[in-house]
Amino acid sequence: MVFDADTAGEIVSRYAGVPGGLLPALHEIQETFGHVPRAALTALARGFNVTEAEVYGVASFYHDFRLDGPAGKRVLKLCRAEACQAVGADALAAHVKAKLKLDWGGTTADGEWTLEPVFCLGLCACGPSAMLDGRVHAMLDEDALDALIAR
Amino acid sequence: MMRVRLPKDAAAVALGADAVADALTRAAAARGFALELVRTGSRGLVWLEPLLEIETDTGWRAFGPLAPGDVDAVLDGVSPKALGDIEEHPWLKRQTRLIFARCGIVDPTVVPPLTALKRAREMGAAAVLEEVTRSGLRGRGGAGFPAGIKWKGAADASARQKYIVCNADEGDSGTFADRMLMEGDPFLLLEGMAIAGFATGATKGYVYIRSEYPHAIEAMKRAASAFPDFDVEIRVGAGSYVCGEETALLESLEGRRGQVRAKPPLPVHKGLFGQPTVINNVLTFASVPAILEKGAAYYASLGTGRSRGTMPVQLAGDVKHGGLFETAFGLTLGELVNDIGGGTRSGRPIRAVQVGGPLGAYFPPSLFDTPFDYEAFAARDGLLGHGGIVIFNDRVDMAAQARFAFEFCRIESCGKCTPCRIGSARGVEVVDRIVRGQNVGQNLALLRDLCDTLKSGSLCALGGFVPYPVLSALNHFGEDFVR
Ligand SMILES: Cc1cc2nc3c(=O)[nH]c(=O)nc-3n(C[C@H](O)[C@H](O)[C@H](O)COP(=O)(O)O)c2cc1C
Ligand code: FES
Repeated sequence: MVFDADTAGEIVSRYAGVPGGLLPALHEIQETFGHVPRAALTALARGFNVTEAEVYGVASFYHDFRLDGPAGKRVLKLCRAEACQAVGADALAAHVKAKLKLDWGGTTADGEWTLEPVFCLGLCACGPSAMLDGRVHAMLDEDALDALIAR
Repeated sequence: MMRVRLPKDAAAVALGADAVADALTRAAAARGFALELVRTGSRGLVWLEPLLEIETDTGWRAFGPLAPGDVDAVLDGVSPKALGDIEEHPWLKRQTRLIFARCGIVDPTVVPPLTALKRAREMGAAAVLEEVTRSGLRGRGGAGFPAGIKWKGAADASARQKYIVCNADEGDSGTFADRMLMEGDPFLLLEGMAIAGFATGATKGYVYIRSEYPHAIEAMKRAASAFPDFDVEIRVGAGSYVCGEETALLESLEGRRGQVRAKPPLPVHKGLFGQPTVINNVLTFASVPAILEKGAAYYASLGTGRSRGTMPVQLAGDVKHGGLFETAFGLTLGELVNDIGGGTRSGRPIRAVQVGGPLGAYFPPSLFDTPFDYEAFAARDGLLGHGGIVIFNDRVDMAAQARFAFEFCRIESCGKCTPCRIGSARGVEVVDRIVRGQNVGQNLALLRDLCDTLKSGSLCALGGFVPYPVLSALNHFGEDFVR
């Protein structure tokens, strides 16, 4: 959903009293709005009684949090770690990059696709692995990935 | 009524288990029989997933790897994918399953009897500490620190609040044992944490799970809310590898950037929110119930040297029989890779195996006689880490793997110490120059020098251990660097 201050304020107030609540609060902000908007940083800073710089520092440390706007409609996370490399993940990544005309972290101009690297999904005995819109896939090859993307 | 088990484990799901479940439900409806489908964890024979088990008059019968289209043949009794009683399968029979005894069999949503926790309460805290110490259990997250000593340290500390923290960040490529256990037997982990709480006087627990594990997060949240005996909160990471380092993990739990803390103070003295804290890996906590039930002496009778008990070895990468194999320490690397793993899935010859995650060394087949044992691996400039073995075939470019080790370190460095933050970036450049043939001799010397600096000057083992993959690649596969 698009950012709205009341919803953000409600989320912040639920976590502000929780010890170490900033990370779960950031997760819920991102789940709700699809990213961590600038205005949410302000709300978090107020709620947690820290500076905005501090909140930004935390949010930007973690790869998961999107500070530059929401992802595309569909998010493909391709595993780049060693066990998947051993079964051809690099070539598969090159194939997907060419197909979607994207580099790591990029989103297509039509806002349809985002391609992200992931370093291991714990599916290392059946790689190459990927997560598409939160669902896991294993033993991928170019055809299987093309079919997933076309679906 | 037909009773069947089918894993809901993420690997099984990634290989199509949910579609098999749907096909089975539809077939049952079409054929008009009642189906009791229990979604279990995985038995760990990943190459046979999705693996279905059906109860018959003569015991359980397994089938796999199944596609939805195989279901009718299974029900008609004519499936070529029949595997018989899976417990008789040599791959399972050769194992010693203590941590994974129930995984793949029980319904992970049902609270088990918790007999070890009851036993702990009967024994008393001091006797539990004694038993865990005598078992010889060492931390399974990588560093291999004796669990009993850590617990004793926290028990001896006096504080108004102590914490039990479970490290479920499992960032190492080639490892998935924590994930499998949390998905397949979450209550075993919670029971181990509750025992740790009882033994040390800690009343609150946290499980820090990486965000890449949505299935495990769901299973643990459900289990924690159904667990009556210990207050446990499930926290989710946010894609940072270094947050698996224990002090970075504590920072992250406190809602800050995951930057490593200087030690001392140790977490047992000053850990989460400044309070005494036991932080252990998933497998460390999950080993404890079996220790209390079977006794420290039995546990210590398994294994070799100072590596006692069992380790769930994880076989990954280009492997034919990939999965989780829990066994006493002491099998050789070659036995694990060739006999149990069955060599490569691709059929190509093995060139290298990386043991212990991204910070672990690459071993050539000439070192396959190394026993799976903390000290034996250390003696060969390697480490066991979290027990993952990643197999690479003859197409691997070891200079590229060395470069990747630096690149990964550069991406994941918390930035607190200079050797790791800057050294990893310089490492990528130096490897690139060597591969391009620029001043090779000089740059090779520089690479070794850089590794020395990283090893001795880094604040934690992220920068400190990146020389393991780099130097092992260089020492055993030097031909890939100079062509
Ligand atoms: C960069 C880095 C990453 C680590 N990642 C993990 C991890 O994902 N899981 C884990 O249990 N330990 C990890 N460790 C080891 C922990 O710092 C610590 O030794 C462990 O949590 C202690 O528990 P144990 O004694 O039960 O192994 C990591 C260490 C480093 C330096
Ligand atoms: S390395 Fe790709 S899933 Fe583990």
